[in-house]
Amino acid sequence: MKVFFVELIIEKQRTESKWFDMADDVEYLSANVPMHTNADEMSLLNALRARDESAFTQLVGQYHPSLVRLARLFVQDEAVAEELAQETWLAVLNGIDHFEGRSSLKTWIFTILTNKAKTRGQREKRTISFSDLDATLQTQPTVDPGRFNESNAEAWANHWKTEPASWSGIPEESFLSHETQNLIRRTIESLPDNQRIVIDLRDVQELSSTEVCNVLGISETNQRVLLHRARAKVRQALEDYLQPEH
Amino acid sequence: MEDNLTCKELVELVTEYLEGTLPEAIHLRMDHHLSDCDGCTHYVEQMRQTIRLTGRLKEESLMPHQRDDLLRLFRDWKKS
Ligand SMILES: [Zn+2]
Repeated sequence: MKVFFVELIIEKQRTESKWFDMADDVEYLSANVPMHTNADEMSLLNALRARDESAFTQLVGQYHPSLVRLARLFVQDEAVAEELAQETWLAVLNGIDHFEGRSSLKTWIFTILTNKAKTRGQREKRTISFSDLDATLQTQPTVDPGRFNESNAEAWANHWKTEPASWSGIPEESFLSHETQNLIRRTIESLPDNQRIVIDLRDVQELSSTEVCNVLGISETNQRVLLHRARAKVRQALEDYLQPEH
Repeated sequence: MEDNLTCKELVELVTEYLEGTLPEAIHLRMDHHLSDCDGCTHYVEQMRQTIRLTGRLKEESLMPHQRDDLLRLFRDWKKS
């Protein structure tokens, strides 16, 4: 298994430079490459520059709850999170005439918030590290090794011993029940800070991987490793809950 | 066939698979494995469901006091 991952990393490094040439594929763009705002954002931006209140109302309706939620990942206090989000809006308004569209408007707003929240979090002695991902984290299994046959088994080595079941028979009401939603919420809350922030931005706020990398200033690889581990834990919690016999 | 992925390896590649960031050769090996393995097919399906259900957590509406505070902030900014 280790050998396989080494192979994969080498293969990725070989192909990486090629991928970065594919400028039309936004997913592979690095943090500093200009990225244009889309048409919706452009009209909002122009309206905001014209001091149009309804444009502001639309923007805050869209992003304010997400900003407060994101800020809460860095600071303990709900009121402080609210304050950080408000400071962010003021910075957005003050900067709007000079915003160059080098990132999307959404990414820019979230980046202002994370910078403020990081500073505030440091003052509160609450720092979250994204850079100390040790290499072992990448090779630690996210699924209990007991779920698979032994590596030296004569047949079906490393294949499922207890196969995950299909969830297609589970009614939608069970998936969307308060219990299930609370379980997901609790599981995410119990994750290490860096994993929690990444899964929240990607899967709850639905930012793209490029946007998350830009907002948090982390590499694609780190982002993916954190997301992978976080999703695996949520999936496991759901499996335990939906099919307790496992 | 010994270069086939095992289930144990596949589960660690599922995020890259769903992101579409796997090198093509490995993506194809994964498709090949999935075409023949119920356990992994279910695993990937469960992961897609997990992502979908996590997306439902989003809290949307602004509280009235938040809206009031933000409107005040906007109007003060506009005056200045
Ligand atoms: Zn399999």
